[in-house]
Amino acid sequence: MLQVSAWVRIVVGLVLIFGIAIALPNALPENVRNSLPSWMPKNTASLGLDLQGGSYVLLEVQLDQVMKDQLDSTVGDIRRALRKQHIAYEFKRPEGSIGVRILNAADYPNALKAIKDLNPAVTGAALIGTKQYDISETGDNTAVLKMSEAYKKQLKKDVVGRSIEVVRKRVDELGTKEPSIEQQGEDRIVVQVPGLADPKHLIELLKTTAKMTFQMVDTTNDTMAAITQHRIPPNSELLEMATEKGSQRQLPILVEKRVLIAGDRLKDAGYSTNQQTGGVVVTFRFDSVGAKEFAEITKENVGKPFAIVLDKKVLTAPVIREPIIGGSGQIEGSYSIQTANDLAVLLRAGALPAPLNPIDQRTVGPELGKDSIESGKIATIAGLGLVAIFMILRYGLFGLFADIAMGTNLILLMAAMTLFGATLTLPGIAGIVLTLGMAVDANVLIFERMREEHRNGRSMLGSVDTGERRAIATIIDANMTHLIAALILFELGSGPVRGFAVTLGVGILTSFFTSVVVARLIIIAYLNFRKPKKLII
Amino acid sequence: MPLLRFLPEATNINFIGARYYAFAVDGLLLLVSILSIFFHGFNLGLDFTGGVEVQAKAPYTISESQVAKVRSEIASLGFNDTVIQTTSGGPCSTPAFSCLMIRVQPNANQDYNVAAQKIKDKMGTSYKYLNTQVIGAKVSGELFRGGIYAAILAVIMIALWVAFRFEWQYGISAAFATGHDVFVTAGLFSILHLDFTLTSIAALLTLAGYSINDTVVVFDRLRENRRKYKRMPLPELINLSTNQMLTRTILTSVATALSIIPLYFFVPALEEFTGSILFGIVVGTFSSTYVAAALLLYLPKPAGSIEEKAEAAA
Repeated sequence: MLQVSAWVRIVVGLVLIFGIAIALPNALPENVRNSLPSWMPKNTASLGLDLQGGSYVLLEVQLDQVMKDQLDSTVGDIRRALRKQHIAYEFKRPEGSIGVRILNAADYPNALKAIKDLNPAVTGAALIGTKQYDISETGDNTAVLKMSEAYKKQLKKDVVGRSIEVVRKRVDELGTKEPSIEQQGEDRIVVQVPGLADPKHLIELLKTTAKMTFQMVDTTNDTMAAITQHRIPPNSELLEMATEKGSQRQLPILVEKRVLIAGDRLKDAGYSTNQQTGGVVVTFRFDSVGAKEFAEITKENVGKPFAIVLDKKVLTAPVIREPIIGGSGQIEGSYSIQTANDLAVLLRAGALPAPLNPIDQRTVGPELGKDSIESGKIATIAGLGLVAIFMILRYGLFGLFADIAMGTNLILLMAAMTLFGATLTLPGIAGIVLTLGMAVDANVLIFERMREEHRNGRSMLGSVDTGERRAIATIIDANMTHLIAALILFELGSGPVRGFAVTLGVGILTSFFTSVVVARLIIIAYLNFRKPKKLII
Repeated sequence: MPLLRFLPEATNINFIGARYYAFAVDGLLLLVSILSIFFHGFNLGLDFTGGVEVQAKAPYTISESQVAKVRSEIASLGFNDTVIQTTSGGPCSTPAFSCLMIRVQPNANQDYNVAAQKIKDKMGTSYKYLNTQVIGAKVSGELFRGGIYAAILAVIMIALWVAFRFEWQYGISAAFATGHDVFVTAGLFSILHLDFTLTSIAALLTLAGYSINDTVVVFDRLRENRRKYKRMPLPELINLSTNQMLTRTILTSVATALSIIPLYFFVPALEEFTGSILFGIVVGTFSSTYVAAALLLYLPKPAGSIEEKAEAAA
């Protein structure tokens, strides 16, 4: 008599019970699921965009711009430090590094010290004491600063991390169901919004950097001279006016470069209607520090115009009539409720640390998704049905056992996908069906081996036991090659293909459990309870 | 219960004797695949070419004249390489051919993201937009390279695993058999000019993992028989093992194929995926019965085999 130790039976039983409990919600309609008692699991495997419709956008963080900005800012720091010590210098700016030549050789040691003092260590670097810049002396009183790899890495990580935060805030404002925002690779962000049929608006929201600043309008210099003769004073810049689509283009405006307050001091933004004009305005409110600064600036500059600038475009340039001490203000323009709300969203979510570039975008309409689910279901049932009939035709009762194992495999696979929060895609459905079809291969190998052992004169029980044991080694070897392919596919894949790789990989593991362990339990139970006289296989 | 026993319990086919025919058939398959891939090339899908693809559905069957109208409208937008065709299948089958697939390559100075919108604006609101894809050139290049590397890596890793579990000769033979199945299936994509996308790469990799299964089963038996019949020469061992495993090889292939045949017919979106896997299963069955083990004859003899002893004695 063949025996199975008690703990194996307990483990298999527990796995099956948990598997069924976790997989069950997937089979229930939503209203039933919601009325389940709270202690029962309710999560389902989430459907990929190709099944439920929605938008997928892959964004690339423009890190080059960040690196350049960082170098510029360091140049500014060095300039200030050297000026303070009255040291004459000149900058050389080849791509990606900063060269500083000190004109008077006597100043060189002091200058070098000043530059080195400006070079802090990178926090969290693998090598403690790694500085932000590698400084080399190239002779001729010249020091060259190059960003260290550790600093570059830290900058990238920081920028991408902050970008994801801002993207998440902006996408959340869209108010759609379960958007997902993930980092992919070193410098990419994947945004998936189920149910969003047109990503145009989403992409517009994400493409805007939304760097907001408050600057004074330059009233001492001649704007017309700046426009027509390109005579722009060094401390000012000529900025375009932001115009709404369809409205008349306005002349650019001369604005002082100095930033009085930046958008990161904003605490909240919204929109409302202006009582007098009836137009839509965007309202904003500073945090306490920003409010204090804003009050001071407005107090000092009563009667002068200031500019609210977004991404180098002037939104509005009103004249300060009286000091604003409450810390809030509004932006007037020809806004619709939609555009006003968008601007408010951007201001609330804050500025992106680097521009984002959409490089891959896929949208699936809801009809296509629905159709795919329906046909996928039919094909899955038909495919599994064919395999089940085939197994019964070839192996009779034992084939039925294999079919039961296949059924538990489907349940466990769904349970595993629900548990890991994996996404079910259309190729993923193919992965499930294929996995179940391949899982049966293990039973074919076992049963054929049993027959062979029986033909070679072994007893019934002996054939079952030896057949099983000898087949398992082959099955493990064959499954490993599969697992290798699934792992590589997972590494390579994005979106739907990755979903396929996950189902394939998980399926190989569950199918080994069901085709070998569960099927064996059933067969042994049959042999022990029914005590058949001969092996019918 | 009558059990299906259409297959004989023990076959006695001389696989080794027929190996030259098998090699010839196989060589022909490989040759055709190589020629097609090099001269005919792949019909690369949007994943790999980059560009903009819009799938639009009308409530009626789209006529040739309507296609021509859309074609001239899209042409006015000035894209490179415009492909417009009617499609059927899925929601597009009610009524038949009620969908348009429009694929364009924006010029270097056209914004990819605006392109899709321009197409939709041009076509108007009488269409429903089922599917829109905008893939930048950078991503598509990466995806293609990544796909090729992944396929090569998969073959190498599988060969290493087989070499580790058996002997290095088996590893080389497995690499050839797997690579062969992947390559010939890729050839099928080229010959029939099927859309070659990321999903196709997924099909090829799945095949790499699956087609080797039957080979491993044969190798496994070969190893077992070598221990059992120590004095049997390798050609006979191979014949014996392959014959003993023939039923198994065919049955496992049939079971797997049965599971995805309905997908092939019911889910048109996966047609190329399931179709290539079905084809690959057939090729894989052939290569694991006729080719993989026979290749061992041409590699240095495994240590401890009767041939090696004979060579050492000579």
